[in-house]
Amino acid sequence: MEAPVHASPVTLYVNGTARELVVDNRTTVLDALREQLDLTGAKKGCDHGQCGACTVLVDGLRMNSCLLFAVARDGARITTVEGLADGPELHPLQEAFLERDAYQCGYCTPGQLCSAVGVLEEMAAGRPSAVTAPEHPSGQAVPAGDTEIRERMSGNLCRCGCYVNIVRAVDDAAGAQAGAGHGGSEGGAW
Amino acid sequence: MNTADRTGEGVVRLEGRAKVTGAARYAVEHPLDGCLHAWPVPAGIARGRITAIDTERALAEPGTVAVLSHENAPRLGEPEDPELFVLQSPRVAYRGQYVALAVAETPQAARAAAAAVRLEYAAEPHDVTLTGGHPGLYAPETVNGGYPTDRERGDFDMAFAASEFRLDTRYRIPPLHNHPMEPHASTAVWEGPRLRVYDSAQGAHAVQSELAALFGLEPERITVVSEHVGGGFGSKGTPRPQVVLACLAARETGRPVKLAVPRHQMAQIVGHRAATEQRVRIGADGAGQISALAHEVVTYSSTVREFTEQAATPSRTMYASPHSRTTHRVTRLDVPTPSWMRAPGECPGMFALESAMDELAVTTGIDPVEIRLRNDTAKEPDSGHPFSSRRLADCLREGARRFGWEGRDPRPGTRAEGRLLIGTGVAASGYPVYVAPARATARAEAAGGYRIEVDATDIGTGARTVLAQIAAEALAAPLDRIRIGIGNSDLPKGPVAGGSMGTASWGWAVHKACRALLRTLAEHSGPLPEEGLSAHADTSDDVAARSDAYARRAFGAQFAEVQVDMDTGETRLRRLLGVFAAGRVLNARTARSQFIGGMTMGVSMALTEHSTMDAEFGDFAERDLAMYHVAVNADVPDVQAYWLDEEDQELNPMGSKGIGEIGIVGTAAAVTSAVHHATGVRVRELPVLPESLLPGLAEWRRPAVV
Ligand code: FES
Ligand code: FES
Repeated sequence: MEAPVHASPVTLYVNGTARELVVDNRTTVLDALREQLDLTGAKKGCDHGQCGACTVLVDGLRMNSCLLFAVARDGARITTVEGLADGPELHPLQEAFLERDAYQCGYCTPGQLCSAVGVLEEMAAGRPSAVTAPEHPSGQAVPAGDTEIRERMSGNLCRCGCYVNIVRAVDDAAGAQAGAGHGGSEGGAW
Repeated sequence: MNTADRTGEGVVRLEGRAKVTGAARYAVEHPLDGCLHAWPVPAGIARGRITAIDTERALAEPGTVAVLSHENAPRLGEPEDPELFVLQSPRVAYRGQYVALAVAETPQAARAAAAAVRLEYAAEPHDVTLTGGHPGLYAPETVNGGYPTDRERGDFDMAFAASEFRLDTRYRIPPLHNHPMEPHASTAVWEGPRLRVYDSAQGAHAVQSELAALFGLEPERITVVSEHVGGGFGSKGTPRPQVVLACLAARETGRPVKLAVPRHQMAQIVGHRAATEQRVRIGADGAGQISALAHEVVTYSSTVREFTEQAATPSRTMYASPHSRTTHRVTRLDVPTPSWMRAPGECPGMFALESAMDELAVTTGIDPVEIRLRNDTAKEPDSGHPFSSRRLADCLREGARRFGWEGRDPRPGTRAEGRLLIGTGVAASGYPVYVAPARATARAEAAGGYRIEVDATDIGTGARTVLAQIAAEALAAPLDRIRIGIGNSDLPKGPVAGGSMGTASWGWAVHKACRALLRTLAEHSGPLPEEGLSAHADTSDDVAARSDAYARRAFGAQFAEVQVDMDTGETRLRRLLGVFAAGRVLNARTARSQFIGGMTMGVSMALTEHSTMDAEFGDFAERDLAMYHVAVNADVPDVQAYWLDEEDQELNPMGSKGIGEIGIVGTAAAVTSAVHHATGVRVRELPVLPESLLPGLAEWRRPAVV
């Protein structure tokens, strides 16, 4: 009574390269990356959308890749932590994470970084969060700042407790990116 | 020479680039041809026997390669930890214990096969509930860490009865789960007669020796690699069942096998901090001087293995206490086996002791900082030995200054912002200074530069970097001339990354090997031989020769500010500041992260982490990260850590004390003391929940002005 395996061909554009795969339909984007493409940067912390370790950018938006079926993402553009640097040139967020020691064990770090890339873009695009002032004009860039960053980064757990350093790192990168309109910082360790 | 390379400087982690680019490979991330995936099957009863296993449907799942259980798994040799004796018997000791293993071509197939395994049990009545008067309570021979179970000094009962102020309180801490972000994970490969294992572990040698016993192999035939480890917090300090299962499956199938423990199975399988009930009694005079201190701990272990959280031990060492009683009682329940979690004993024990100190301060009307200063002691009360260094008072004073403690109105409920009640609290921190023998090799390479080898583990502490700094300093060489190998059982043996003793232990061996190498080099003339020149070091004698006339301990003080919503009872941290005295700090950047990381976990313990043992099913109710809440970024707005210079000749050549655990010690008491200051409600059972505060908040609640 061998059950049939349901598999499908998909093409994922991962870090700019087209990758053609045949996936068991139960395969998540996370498992496709880790087990079929040997891109182990995206981490599996829970496999249930509860920790953010698997965060990648899908068509420019940050998503928990453990919650996405690969078969449903045929044709998607996916950026993983391996795709953030420009050759030997690290992404400003990667530099900031090193400088601020915004990681310890490093297991949540790829998810934090991909999430932070998404956060900076969301703020620049004027997408409000739960802590954005209600009177903030829609469509205008939301100024960075500790409260905004903390709120938006709260889907990425870090059991090593690097949060305050992560906020500093994201804030540094936001400052570098935004120049003026940068919301400034409060508290933190450094 | 670049002084920034030396110890003390905030060198960026050597593996930092690998970690931020995703290049660092963890235990199940090594590409291996033909690697299979394994998925464990947990027991569905809390106690009893498996009577039948039906694997037919599981084996029929496409992609299934094998299903292992006690009926067909290879027999194992006796391990030191009986938790590792997996799939050897039909007995079930706790719900969630592994009883079978599905092995398949893909993770999807393995999971489906595991779900298709059918088990029948003969269940027996179980008991999973800890009570203060549990009939099974007994005095273990020793408690975790090898400490004595009970200690008595003076005449506690007499002194307590005669005290002007008497405090008698009980504190409860629920089970707590380590939940490192990388689940416990292993990849096993049999290469002929050799076994190669990539394991997410805090000590490769510890894994090697257990696997040697289990599989009847010479340790030299086993290589355990733990190069990058995604956190552990004690739970990876001993090998866990998944590594044995991976090895069994790889042997059975003749192919490499990887196994990552599913998150929702971790609470049962990887160890946890057992719940404790702690009674603290303090007798003091009108000046707040303690004369009598009793700290009595009740906890549990599983039926598999005795583990007794040594929570009363801080009371043996923190404060002057002429008359003292400290005891531990443990009972064996049908529950998962507890084990190490960051600062075992110290962390839960100091929640109770430091909460009681705050209560004593309130009762006597003495400032909480001041009352600790008045009970400071230059000698460890229990041993009578002087401390090799103890700057608790300086930590308290410096913390108070930085935090802005002075002028604090001690009355509860006196600060409000709108509908938020604001309060501040303080607690002391402490952690023993441990050290264990280690070996290391230092080699001057013919091509130039040095190679340092030691089986240390960097679980996120920065050990790799600090050890390279120690070598650079000992060799008087720039850091970029040092190449360091760690995290591999083929390297010279080092102890586990635990007890905050890693840097002291491995570092001592590295330091010694480097010094020996310098002597060898001085005697050598001409060019180096092709294989370079090596020196080996073993610190067994040095560690044994340490004077036992001293008590060695790190200290600190933490100050918390919280806000409590008077309508909802929600407590949020506003800021947390710690000052520590932990010997010489070897890398400012990573040390700060260690302190802050511990403090952050302490906030999590105080405000969000909660686990419940379900009496009916013998299961932890909060098994995954949606149910078991660890603090998120928005919960931890402002954490600052500082440290004082501390010279101590009685430690090790680096003059360092461990810093990995002290940050979590005392934090929860600082938070609950701040909650008391904000609301007048004393929370003696963690975590702080709205339902504990709401009845007491009515007093402060003012009608909302609309
Ligand atoms: S692994 Fe995807 S959210 Fe945890
Ligand atoms: S760095 Fe370890 S979990 Fe975030």
